[in-house]
Amino acid sequence: MHAIVCIKQVPDTTEVKIDPERGTLIREGVPSIINPFDTYAIEEALRIREKFGGKVTVITMGPAQASSALKEAIAMGADEAILLNDREFAGADTWATAYTLSKAIKKIGEFDLMFCGRQAIDGDTGQTGPGIATQLQINQLTYVCRIASLDFDQKTVEVERLVEEGRELVKSTLPCLITVVKDINQPRYPTILGIRRSQKAQIPVWTSKDLEVEPELIGLNGSPTRVMKISTPPPRAGKCELIAGESAEQQAELLAEKLLAEKIII
Amino acid sequence: MALLEINRETCTGCGSCLQVCPFGALSLDNENIAVVSEACTGCGACLPECPVEALSLPQAEKKEQVPTGEYSGVWVWVEQYNHQAGSISWEMMGEGRKLADKRGSSLTACVLGYQAEEIARQAIAYGADRVFLVDDPTLEVYRTDPYARILVELVKKYRPEIFLLGASTRGRDLAGAVATYIRTGLTADCTGLEIEEETNLLLQIRPAFGGNIMATIKCPDYRPQMATVRHHVFETPQPDESRSGQIIREPAVLTEGRIASKVLDLIVEKNEVNLADAKIIVSGGRGLKGPEGFAILHELAGVLGGAVGASRAAVDAGWISYAHQVGQTGRTVRPDLYLACGISGAIQHQAGMRTSKVIVAINKDPEAPIFQIADYGIVGDLFTVVPALTRALKRRLNKA
Repeated sequence: MHAIVCIKQVPDTTEVKIDPERGTLIREGVPSIINPFDTYAIEEALRIREKFGGKVTVITMGPAQASSALKEAIAMGADEAILLNDREFAGADTWATAYTLSKAIKKIGEFDLMFCGRQAIDGDTGQTGPGIATQLQINQLTYVCRIASLDFDQKTVEVERLVEEGRELVKSTLPCLITVVKDINQPRYPTILGIRRSQKAQIPVWTSKDLEVEPELIGLNGSPTRVMKISTPPPRAGKCELIAGESAEQQAELLAEKLLAEKIII
Repeated sequence: MALLEINRETCTGCGSCLQVCPFGALSLDNENIAVVSEACTGCGACLPECPVEALSLPQAEKKEQVPTGEYSGVWVWVEQYNHQAGSISWEMMGEGRKLADKRGSSLTACVLGYQAEEIARQAIAYGADRVFLVDDPTLEVYRTDPYARILVELVKKYRPEIFLLGASTRGRDLAGAVATYIRTGLTADCTGLEIEEETNLLLQIRPAFGGNIMATIKCPDYRPQMATVRHHVFETPQPDESRSGQIIREPAVLTEGRIASKVLDLIVEKNEVNLADAKIIVSGGRGLKGPEGFAILHELAGVLGGAVGASRAAVDAGWISYAHQVGQTGRTVRPDLYLACGISGAIQHQAGMRTSKVIVAINKDPEAPIFQIADYGIVGDLFTVVPALTRALKRRLNKA
């Protein structure tokens, strides 16, 4: 069994504080972490390896320091890790990112399962996973909250997908792409042994020259979308009207009045 | 991978940009001018912070590979489940109509399903001039492959200028595949769409970094300009049954034997209203103290016909299932009314609900950040306030 996990290094937004005066974010000194959804993806791949044997390869595209995210994945138990790092890759949107990652995955070779997190917590798009699956011409199973069964002889997998109406049980052929939601597992902490291994690990860095990529399809120039403007969203209008009262009963009555009078509840 | 360009002439060394860089890539050099390190990802978060506009990101080289002028019309994918169109689809029809009128072009609905002719007729009532109806047993339940292949063929054949899909689990699943096949730009989770006057391009406005920044995105050189659109951002138009429009039947692309997946079952929790569709959400956090606390929220939600949400703390404690989680690692919701009970309102929670139309906070702690974004607040014990509110509303709603 060979599972490939695509991860992204993101700023840890749990460390972000709000400047009370200006209402803006203080991001200075925020540490970088593995995108939380991707840690579930790594964990799921490791669990499958523990059950069936095989190998887990982790890959990311990003700046040089993204190798620390890969080392963390190795510390968790991943067997191999690859960093895609090249100035030519910079500024990629989801199309160009998926294209570049898919070329790297082709270079890695045969695999049975590919994992991604549902989305990254910085970009919040959830588009790169489906993009990679389409580039590789494999089936995609997104928003997966449970792997119900796996059969590597029959080359099938059954998963539950978290959709708006509930959980959808889907069967698919292998290889396929699975993007995971938080519910799927509880990611493990790295072990001491794992951390030692990760410190020694040499992480190969692939540049655009190592991949069979068309230069006009990577990085900023390969990206169909353009970011035109970045702004801070306006704060919520108005102030909080505190409902005072002598008792909880009275406060509740006043609030109910208000919500009905303002036609917030019809 | 540094992309950011800093104009050393205009930079005043004020340091505003240093604070906001999510990657710690900015610093001041010995001449007190901002410099950028390799850690920069070109995210653009620093651009609006610079008071003297000394920061910029490079623009890509212009390319004319796609005859953009040959593409016209606005398309909407009408999502259906169990022979019912998703409410998000009609919201997009309303917005799509406005965009089409502005461009002087037409609005087309793409209806894929089985025995879905009724939905095609509804699409006309909601504003479509034309409907592509693909009616086939393989399309009864959504699956990526058969749906994506059909939309790709339709786009190739009819060349729309703009293509909108809902940012639902299905819409995001589908849009990512379709845009990749076609090689065009796709913007996720838009909360605003406008036509730029000078260029006639679609301006796609979306939150990023958990709603902490807003990005305006364009797709100048590829068509269609594709976007997924969030729930409850646009008003649902009034359907007009007297409208007329054309229904064009198109064939499915894949036969069952060529489809890699099969939907075996749908497991639905009993008596649950789904968060995406809910107009009212009653949500609970750490302040509920345990799974029993959610019972009083269920009662209130029941009276209001709403759904029950939860903060990450409540979900991680195992008090309620993950399907209910609102926030950065859960769902993003935008109901008419969001009642936050015993939720302090961490940034990660706010990311999932701060654009709700009206927010009511009930919390013991008057300093809780949730009050900063709430419209109405009660400082008090939720275990007495919430049941009292349930009774008060029940009485009033029954009277009416």
